[in-house]
Amino acid sequence: MSVLVVVECDKGEVKKSSLEVATYGARLAAQLGTSATAVAVGEASDASLAKLGEQGIAKVLYDKEPRLKDFVNNAYTKLIAATAQQEDAKVIVLANSNIGAAVGSRLSIRLQASLATNVVELPKTEGGQFTVKRGAFSGKAFSDVVLTGERKIIAVKKNSIEAQHEAGKTAEVVAFAAQLSDADFADAPKQVVMQDQAGGILLPEAELVVSGGRGMKGPENWHLIEDLAKALHAATACSKPVSDVDWRPHHEHVGQTGITVSPNLYIACGISGAIQHLAGVNSSKVIVVINKDPEAPFFKAADYGIVGDVFDVLPKLTAAVKELG
Amino acid sequence: MKFLVCISNVPDTTTKIAFTPDNKEFNKAGVQFVINPWDEYALTRAIELKEANAGSTVTVLNVGEADTEPNIRKALAIGADDAIRVNAAPKDAFFVAEQIAAVAKEGSYDVILMGKESIDYNGFQVHGMVGELLGIPTVAPAMKLDMSGNTATLEREIEGGKEIVQVATPFVASCQQPMCEPRIPNMRGIMTARTKPLKVVPATAGAPRTEVTEFALPPKKLGVKLIDAANAGDLIKLLRNEAKVI
Ligand SMILES: Cc1cc2nc3c(=O)[nH]c(=O)nc-3n(C[C@H](O)[C@H](O)[C@H](O)COP(=O)(O)OP(=O)(O)OC[C@H]3O[C@@H](n4cnc5c(N)ncnc54)[C@H](O)[C@@H]3O)c2cc1C
Repeated sequence: MSVLVVVECDKGEVKKSSLEVATYGARLAAQLGTSATAVAVGEASDASLAKLGEQGIAKVLYDKEPRLKDFVNNAYTKLIAATAQQEDAKVIVLANSNIGAAVGSRLSIRLQASLATNVVELPKTEGGQFTVKRGAFSGKAFSDVVLTGERKIIAVKKNSIEAQHEAGKTAEVVAFAAQLSDADFADAPKQVVMQDQAGGILLPEAELVVSGGRGMKGPENWHLIEDLAKALHAATACSKPVSDVDWRPHHEHVGQTGITVSPNLYIACGISGAIQHLAGVNSSKVIVVINKDPEAPFFKAADYGIVGDVFDVLPKLTAAVKELG
Repeated sequence: MKFLVCISNVPDTTTKIAFTPDNKEFNKAGVQFVINPWDEYALTRAIELKEANAGSTVTVLNVGEADTEPNIRKALAIGADDAIRVNAAPKDAFFVAEQIAAVAKEGSYDVILMGKESIDYNGFQVHGMVGELLGIPTVAPAMKLDMSGNTATLEREIEGGKEIVQVATPFVASCQQPMCEPRIPNMRGIMTARTKPLKVVPATAGAPRTEVTEFALPPKKLGVKLIDAANAGDLIKLLRNEAKVI
């Protein structure tokens, strides 16, 4: 019996959210008195996989089939199911990402496992019960869920556990051939299009986010958001009406019907704080709100606030960050 | 082309969340229920594709008890042709997926659409379970869906970009923005919806694999610390020295 961790890789490196998942998997394995093995998907270098030792992973299985570089739902599901079987994994841990959700849900049927997504803590395993805490009601609540199946799949919410880095420890990287057929690649992507990310930082993975709403008045003013984001090395985001009128692309829209983010710092500029917007950002660790209306509902959800005009406040913040060096 | 659109019945997006005194269930008292916002993308896109492909039909499916019927009627008013309600409280994602798969098998639908997730339990998992139960591809989450004959071209969101995927029918897709502009029912739609067929069927056997033991609200925020706009730069010092996030 072991814990199997699914790590997603991109451009040769393990994604930040997968470093968190690896840490989660290793801690869970220690709690259960077993070891954590990882299976890597996407484009990975052997060196980056070996570094998973720093998160407490003993062994990494990697299938070098070139068609696995991009996400293919059927093939990934088959590959992960095969590694789970080989390792006799009773618990599989993956990221609560688009890949994790797509594969985890298919795997749960194939392996007859219980599945919990959006998990925010290590499980409680006393007394033979296996209980996870997960976010529900769009971040407005949590629920404790008992996974009653013999096998369990856990999708860990991004930024809910800090990746551990134990310098010098390495994982053994072992080749794995999942014996995939052409039919397993029937849903392979025809094309992969990467969008421009401000400052090259992926919004769903970002630790710092600067976000603008309708109070920014128009796309021509977005340089104020971008300047602060750049100074902080933050990703940029926006409210729904902003992307609805194409001031910003849809992949920046956060909220109930957009992306859910849980960064360490979320700075909301000219956003009212409608409940649907809060739903996508309220698990941020620290929330800063800048709004000229002292009655804006966002102030109730904020840790720090400035009642003021974004056009006056934002340049001051950017200057202050630059002063810090 | 036969479309099956799965809709769930969820608390209105502005609902303040509260639980029963034992914290075991969501407190429905005084709460208005709506069609899950993500499902509205699936429903509207299915109707658009039906309108563009003569002879197509859209069936709406909900796993729920009688109290979900107003929202099923709403989906019919928006333009679905008929509806099926599997008469059971939706216990968990497995249970719901099993009901959907049973209905889908029975009606041999070409395209099964649903929202990416429901805004109450946020599972983001029914799509994949249904696809696997039926042994057909799933594309999740899809931002665009076009059909040409029995081939669909979809844009699937990936972190930082998108994949263009082509699949043949039958398949499952979970939908999200910006797939289409969700429609609201008009008067004529509301009138005709009353006479459209709504079939109620019993649940097939299906055992849940998860059990919620307790709900909890997040800890209350301590209150906002206000910084004078004239000294806005002080905020940055606080973020570094006090909150330690930069
Ligand atoms: C089903 C449903 C789903 C939804 N999903 C989402 C979602 O996912 N994400 C989302 O964001 N919204 C969502 N919404 C919309 C949401 O209800 C709000 O309409 C939206 O969040 C408002 O965006 P906003 O705060 O940018 O704009 P507004 O509400 O127009 O607020 C602008 C704010 O800017 C302030 N302001 C104006 N000028 C300045 C200035 N110069 N300096 C400082 N402050 C200024 C104003 O005081 C105001 O508070 C959804 C709605 C529904 C019904």
